[in-house]
Amino acid sequence: MRFAIWQKLDRLTRLFMPLALSFLLVILSVVQTPITGYAQISPVLALASIYHWVIYQPNLLPLFSVFILGLLQDLLTGTPVGLYTLVFLTVYGVALSQRRFLIGRSFIMYWFGFGVISLMASVESWMLASIWNWALLDFTALAFQFIISVSMFPPLAWVCLRWQQAFLPQDL
Amino acid sequence: MEQRSNALIRIAVPLTSLLQRFMYLGLILLAFGLMLFSKVDVMLVDRVRAEVTDAFAPILEALSRPLATVSDGMQIFQSLNIIRENNIFLKTENAHLMQWQAVARKLRAENLALQQLLGMVKDQNAIYTTARIIAGSGGALSNMLVVNSGEKNGIRKGQVVISDLGVIGRISEVSSRSSRVRLLTDINSRVPVLIENNRTRAIVAGNNAAGTKLIHLPQGARVTLNARIITSGHGGAFPPGLPVGIVSSVGDSEIKVQLFVDSSRLEYVRIADFGLDGLEDLLDLSIQKRSGLSKVGRQSAKK
Repeated sequence: MRFAIWQKLDRLTRLFMPLALSFLLVILSVVQTPITGYAQISPVLALASIYHWVIYQPNLLPLFSVFILGLLQDLLTGTPVGLYTLVFLTVYGVALSQRRFLIGRSFIMYWFGFGVISLMASVESWMLASIWNWALLDFTALAFQFIISVSMFPPLAWVCLRWQQAFLPQDL
Repeated sequence: MEQRSNALIRIAVPLTSLLQRFMYLGLILLAFGLMLFSKVDVMLVDRVRAEVTDAFAPILEALSRPLATVSDGMQIFQSLNIIRENNIFLKTENAHLMQWQAVARKLRAENLALQQLLGMVKDQNAIYTTARIIAGSGGALSNMLVVNSGEKNGIRKGQVVISDLGVIGRISEVSSRSSRVRLLTDINSRVPVLIENNRTRAIVAGNNAAGTKLIHLPQGARVTLNARIITSGHGGAFPPGLPVGIVSSVGDSEIKVQLFVDSSRLEYVRIADFGLDGLEDLLDLSIQKRSGLSKVGRQSAKK
């Protein structure tokens, strides 16, 4: 009996891992890093995690949790509330619709898919922020942010993949 | 029995997919709604943001410490390399500054004597609080910092945030343990300034990118490259004379200002209470924007 409870608990923790990892990435993306100019272009780390889990285990990252992740990103970074919520939801939707195309492909293809989706996310966030502030914002910082996000994807995806292989049962 | 469950599945599967779609659409609309709402009720959204940040403050603080330690270590290592050159440079600079000190002492004495002669009203002395930065802006779309002092430490909305080099920004949201700083580079930041050498009034405006601009210059104003920009104290939000930056480029369409402080390299800031609380509501730029200039006019008339 006791064994069963532990087993259940163990399973539950494993299932919550993707969400916890995404939360951690949201928090990490606002931690002050003492590199000149980095704060301006620090990447939205959670995008990589959302993309990965939507492609591989969409049932472990339910829709409302993506909403909450976006809301937290907005509240912590100081962007207009709802901006990254919308961006995260769009990324979720687009990645889910392209899931069949992207799953099981080579890593380069997988990376390329993230590139396209995160470019779309950058443009969307730029448009939303420009409309919200009613001024044409500078795209340069966002372009650099996009480049850094894409180049940081391989290590993040590696962590997610290893995590998935190590902790999650394959038959979910 | 099997047929029944099959039929159930046949109905249930499209139903759940329909529900999922509705939920997706609903959440997107909700996010849009939130964006609109945050435009309408700025105060409430600020309050919620401050409370959420406050809840995460301990985690952010814990995470920022190891990073700061690593960077300190690296800085020590780097500075060991150039210690000799630094020493020579500092010695020559010290000799130079000693001369300036003599001049400054003389001017200060003269200034005091003249102030007494004129019976001038003195500016209130500031109360300083030093705070640690626990979160950076996190991306291209926001220009904010979070520091680890709040209402408990006497921080109030609108107080000026400075470092040893100059102005960084001002407090935009406060909760009990943490507060948020709106940087000068933020698109909603407007600071009344003076060009130091010819006392021309202008406004330093952020644009969410590194290049802050000088706007609202009087017609025919002359701006030279490398001119120092200081706060003017107009509007009562900032005390006069705080260093802001230097003019880095003068173009036909815009004049760019290089700020003295690079906020991404900071670890600690000083929050100054200059006793300018009376104009707190004036500081809320969203309010200022909505009501236009009439409010500013009224406030200065009151003065």
